[in-house]
Amino acid sequence: MKKNGLLSRAFLAILFLFLYAPIFVLIAFSFNDSKSNAVWGGFTFDWYVQLFQNRTVLGALQTTLLVSVLATLVATVVGTAAAIGFSSMKRRPRSLFLTVNNIPLTNADIITGVSMMLLFVFAGQALADFSGWLNSQEWAVNADLWFDFGFSLSFVTLLIAHITFDIPYVIVSVQPKLRQLDPNLAEAALDLGATRLQAFWKVVLPELMPGIVNGMLIAFTMSIDDFVISYFTAGSQASTLSMVVYSMVRRRVSPEINALSTLMFVAVLILLVVINLRQARQEERRKRQALRS
Amino acid sequence: MRNKWLAAPYVGWMALFVVAPLVLVVVYALTTRDGSFTLDNFSNMLQYTSVFGRSFLLAGIATVLCILLGYPMAYFLARERGRLRSMATLLIMLPMWMNFLLRTYSWVFLLERNGFFNTLLSSIGLPKLDIINTEAAVVLGMVYNFLPFMVLPIFSVIVKIDHRVIEAAQDLGANSVQVFRRVIFPLSLPGVLSGVTMVFIPSVSTFVISRLLGGGMSMLVGDLIEMQFLGSAYNPHLGSAISLVMMVIVLVCMGIMNRFGEGEEEAVLL
Repeated sequence: MKKNGLLSRAFLAILFLFLYAPIFVLIAFSFNDSKSNAVWGGFTFDWYVQLFQNRTVLGALQTTLLVSVLATLVATVVGTAAAIGFSSMKRRPRSLFLTVNNIPLTNADIITGVSMMLLFVFAGQALADFSGWLNSQEWAVNADLWFDFGFSLSFVTLLIAHITFDIPYVIVSVQPKLRQLDPNLAEAALDLGATRLQAFWKVVLPELMPGIVNGMLIAFTMSIDDFVISYFTAGSQASTLSMVVYSMVRRRVSPEINALSTLMFVAVLILLVVINLRQARQEERRKRQALRS
Repeated sequence: MRNKWLAAPYVGWMALFVVAPLVLVVVYALTTRDGSFTLDNFSNMLQYTSVFGRSFLLAGIATVLCILLGYPMAYFLARERGRLRSMATLLIMLPMWMNFLLRTYSWVFLLERNGFFNTLLSSIGLPKLDIINTEAAVVLGMVYNFLPFMVLPIFSVIVKIDHRVIEAAQDLGANSVQVFRRVIFPLSLPGVLSGVTMVFIPSVSTFVISRLLGGGMSMLVGDLIEMQFLGSAYNPHLGSAISLVMMVIVLVCMGIMNRFGEGEEEAVLL
């Protein structure tokens, strides 16, 4: 392939500008000393100060992080186990399960969200009927207490929804690693006296690790960025950052949100730079070692 | 390590939270409020034919634009050497880390009557453009949000093309246009197909973009569904019927498209 000329370089530059323009706007407005987002009123840090006093936004940030971290952890463990399980199945059941696994990946978000909302409404009604029935029995203690675990049900439904759409990403990224896995490796470990558990922890799992980490990162990104599925499944008590933004967008976006997303963007940027530098250093070391031997 | 029972928890989870909800959608679509069987929900949908038409048209335009912009972008990035090429995936993914609602909303500032673009246009003596709250703005929002989903799969497919194949074509006397048309393009088609799926489905079902950039003027299927479940027109039975029909149409479209791709089913995700 030929190298890029001036024209194709310009094309790339314009498209990257297109992708980044809104982000520059948001970062600029997070320093804007004016309530309106349309006019520039001078430089200020006020929005960053006010951000840390805004309870709605901080509460939503907490919900978002909590739900994303929990969902990612559960999805990584369950998804990795499921991927291993699928790979040891016969062809028929495996392809059936993988097809079902693909449903949340290919279906439109709104349909995933709406269908789960129907399930939660349905289950909620059944639960209410059941606790009503329990209450009508003489021997039962007040059943309402049984369903009050100290946190809102709305957070649980949100978490369930996030786990459901995160797992397929973990499975899709662990699968290729499983296919590359040499079955003799685990057997060699067993021959050398490792127990099955040791062989799994010390031999198989490290081989799968890159896939698992990759899946975990994708799942976390999807959870943080999700709006549509959360919107339909969170009910009225829990709201994520995206949901707060959506309710604001209809009236007026407060610049504190711009400040928050600028902070999150910078955090991700730093994280990515660190990861990249580490990878580059590791590659360098590997190259040097290869030269030496 | 072979133990198929490791999949048991997830199989149960899928049955409960993937399959059961979809079954409920079908049940809701076929029943009335008091639970008796009906097909009225589907016949009531006929009044929304224009909404369906508009959704598929706008999503189709957005998908075509994404191919026209995204393919050259992926191709040029793959031709780069060194830093830009190794950072390409990262650079395209990075904007996705900013909240998607905010990114979409900031187009309002860029496009509005006294916004950035119009100031720029009038400063070089061109007339102002009224893009915001039109269907054009909705298409722009779709292209902006989903362009990365077109570029990434195409890029990752082109990068994996074996250099020796291209050199062989050149040795056999193909010029650069022929190399592209007969070697690179056919080999990159799986990427295009998976890009089309990843752009078209979220575009056709969006309600956020049309709400934010279309000013609520151009209603899409997504808006319609949202209204039935959380909006003013609360009617989950009709909403389920609309969801079901949209899902079937999309599945049929994707099925036809993948026929052309002949069994290239490898997920080119990232």
